[in-house]
Amino acid sequence: MAGKSLSAGKSLGPIRRAFAPWNDPAAKPFIQFQNVTKNFGDFTAVDDLSLNIYEREFFALLGPSGCGKTTLMRMIAGFEEPTSGHVMLDGQDLVGVPPYRRPTNMMFQSYALFPHMNVWDNIAFGLKQDGMPKPEIAARVDEMLALVKLEKFAKRKPHQLSGGQKQRVALARSLAKKPKVLLLDEPLGALDKKLREETQFELIDLQVKLGMTFVIVTHDQEEAMTVADRIAVMDQGKIVQIATPAEIYEQPNSRYVADFIGDINLLEGHISSTEGGVATLDCVGTGAKVQVIQDGGAKLGDHAWFAVRPEKVTISLTPPADPSINAVTGEVWDIAYLGDVSIYHVRLATGATVKATITNTTRLVERPITWDDKVWLTWSRDGGVVLTR
Amino acid sequence: MRRGGSWFNVTAITLGFAFLYLPIVLLVVYSFNASKLVTVWGGFSTKWYVSLLSNQGLLDAAWVTIRVALLSATLATVLGTLAAIALVRFGRFPGGTLFSGMVYAPLVMPEVITGLAMLLLFVAIGFARGFWTLTLAHITFSMCFVAVVVQSRLVTFDRSLEEAALDLGCPPFRTFFTITLPLILPAVVAGWMLAFTLSLDDLVISSFTTGPGATTLPMKIYSQVRLGVTPEINAICTILIAIVATGVIIASIVTKRREVERQRAERLAIQGV
Amino acid sequence: MALTDRSSGHSRLRWLVVAIPYLWLILLFLAPFLIVVKISLSTSAIAMPPYTPALDFTAGLGALWEQIKEFTFDNYVFLTEDALYWESYLSSLKIAVISTFLVLLIGYPIAYGMARARKEWRTTLLMLVILPFWTSFLIRVYAWIGILKPEGLLNQLLLYLGVISEPLNIMPSTLAVYIGIVYSYLPFMILPLYATLEKLDETLLEAAADLGCPPTQAFWKITFPLSLPGVIAGCFLVFIPAMGEFVIPDLLGGSDTLMIGKTLWAEFFSNRDWPVSSAVAVVLLAILVVPIMLFQRAQKKAAE
Repeated sequence: MAGKSLSAGKSLGPIRRAFAPWNDPAAKPFIQFQNVTKNFGDFTAVDDLSLNIYEREFFALLGPSGCGKTTLMRMIAGFEEPTSGHVMLDGQDLVGVPPYRRPTNMMFQSYALFPHMNVWDNIAFGLKQDGMPKPEIAARVDEMLALVKLEKFAKRKPHQLSGGQKQRVALARSLAKKPKVLLLDEPLGALDKKLREETQFELIDLQVKLGMTFVIVTHDQEEAMTVADRIAVMDQGKIVQIATPAEIYEQPNSRYVADFIGDINLLEGHISSTEGGVATLDCVGTGAKVQVIQDGGAKLGDHAWFAVRPEKVTISLTPPADPSINAVTGEVWDIAYLGDVSIYHVRLATGATVKATITNTTRLVERPITWDDKVWLTWSRDGGVVLTR
Repeated sequence: MRRGGSWFNVTAITLGFAFLYLPIVLLVVYSFNASKLVTVWGGFSTKWYVSLLSNQGLLDAAWVTIRVALLSATLATVLGTLAAIALVRFGRFPGGTLFSGMVYAPLVMPEVITGLAMLLLFVAIGFARGFWTLTLAHITFSMCFVAVVVQSRLVTFDRSLEEAALDLGCPPFRTFFTITLPLILPAVVAGWMLAFTLSLDDLVISSFTTGPGATTLPMKIYSQVRLGVTPEINAICTILIAIVATGVIIASIVTKRREVERQRAERLAIQGV
Repeated sequence: MALTDRSSGHSRLRWLVVAIPYLWLILLFLAPFLIVVKISLSTSAIAMPPYTPALDFTAGLGALWEQIKEFTFDNYVFLTEDALYWESYLSSLKIAVISTFLVLLIGYPIAYGMARARKEWRTTLLMLVILPFWTSFLIRVYAWIGILKPEGLLNQLLLYLGVISEPLNIMPSTLAVYIGIVYSYLPFMILPLYATLEKLDETLLEAAADLGCPPTQAFWKITFPLSLPGVIAGCFLVFIPAMGEFVIPDLLGGSDTLMIGKTLWAEFFSNRDWPVSSAVAVVLLAILVVPIMLFQRAQKKAAE
């Protein structure tokens, strides 16, 4: 596997773990969006958006199609100009600079390999534009071919390559000019699942090894969480949340983010107490009380939702010690057996469904809990979050 | 649904192609007829081809026709390609509807109208009629055909190829010549060939716009046809058909061979060879 | 894209890409039509050019106005008075409509058969349709003269077979004109039809069959409605030029075959009456303007 060979040697752990310039007030942003708006006719693709991306960061723009993530990336590349606002790169205002004069390179979703040129010429294309001397071009192209392990394919035309090989040529071509920022537009969308997962790790290795800034656009949340240092979740031209993958998953700031990333159970209610850093939510319908440790986002009387991931919900046939707090009861409505885990869909008296994930730690086919069983669902005080939007 | 062999499909194709080709085949066959009477077979002969060579009027007309066709096809290809780019890439510009209207109208406009209109223009501006008016008229109607052919290729053109070139530092003008043009070249060549044959074949527009000393081959053929069918005309027609057929057949064989090679390469790539 | 860059130097380039063909078409395609309209309002004269007033733009605005006042609708009035003209229009319309229908009737099965042929055959068949389309119109019409004329090959064959005892007078006649138009315009119908039929998703027919629809019904309920864009494009490509056809009625038609293209030609080349032939052209254009605009809209839609 190519991924292994690339990362042979030291683990990337120390580099990745210590990297967090966004927490450092003295750190200078590398890419800056300042109140950027982009309209296409009546449609607002990007809406008064501000964003900082730091040098050597692997930054992911995540969202459903039409959320503006691709437009945002194309504004860095220079294919779109903002209607208003500024895009800065390394202290330089990019507005008005055409794409062919920007120190950024892009890897296209379709790869956009020039079909009338062979692999070598495709990779050399950008270098030739800079008027680099021929021997240097040759050296650089060979270096790139070695980097993506395609030395033997230099003379092939794009249509003589497999999907994975094309993807690597596209990557080599966009890296050849040593851009200040590498933009990746759904770079792995055309690969099958297995190859995609392999390539994700290759990308991380490359990014750390080359010490470059990568910005990736994707609609695949797993991909974003695997590769990125930080993720910006977008919706309708706005950024809903920017945070590390773990923060996005464990502390989503809104129902939108909670729902977009992974699976989530939502219980609607009102905040009846916020004493001692613990918010109490009285659920609508069931009247169940939920207590959650929180840092003061929700205020007394707020209309709010308790959000808890299915894997943080415990399912049991016997009632807990205190069934009035952080517990609901219902009947098993359906069970989805996924091999590694099973997801239980439990229907509450209100008609709402709560999901609980059970890890299948034994090979037993017969599970102790089955259809129509009356069950109790419980969670801990730090298992979920309270969301007010 | 069943592919291929249904009797209905086979019959339709067979009868259809017989209808399309029988008249042409008969014309070609009778060009080798020794008898002066076109419809009476008098044995095989190539004498009509030989007699063509001594027909100075016909040779002059052929020379005019070829010069007009080469010149007009080349200019029409340049203009038509520009028009196609304008149509596909700059969708909305002031007067865009008028522009696309002017590109599509000549495709169906009855030739008598186009011919008359152009003649009246040349008369109005006092342009002496002859070789140049003929060429200008041919450029104008054939550029629209080129535009349609190139346009249909540009519509399916993957724009990200051009964006990739720009992204790698290639300015727009150079991008057009290093990326776009090589990739749409087959359509541009097809457009040129179409413009060439349209010019070669045109009778009506030429009759209106030409002047003394610039008689084209179709005009010559037409004036002789009105006098009756002769084996000599059959011979000229056969030559013209042969020229066009050779061009089209070569072009289609080249495309087909490329396509086959491409498919083979793609299969090999998928197998990971 | 390459030429839609916003930076100033290249926007000039972009402007040129539009401007060059645009100006060319305005000067050599649009302007001539305005001149046709203008001359159709002039009076015939024995001069060169053979009409008056010949607009002289150098004479100043006042003089220009004097010339414009000389404009007359006499030529159009004349068209309504002489039966030859409106009979030509009506006859052209009738011939164009009937032949469009015949071309569709003959072309559809051929296009259908081609689209259903084995894949490796399709390119060859397509090339065989395109080939006559590339050969000269004049030659293809000429080829029929040898077949249809009284002592032609068709009559010889029929006499030889004993089907007839006297040669048939097929040419010159209106029947021969129909044959000529159907033959010459057949590729124009087959090509767009084939293009739509070939794209037709076959699983639709499988789905129809699966839902209990027999093949003949499936054709009328699925295939034909989905091929309508091709039918429409083909009909326009045949009808509009056939309406103004000159070569076919001139070579194959008899003296009683009236078609407006022939009338215009005669008016221009034999009678040398430029204003009247201009008026004939303007009226023909007025008849065709709606179909031409519909055709353009269909073309533009297909291009997007």
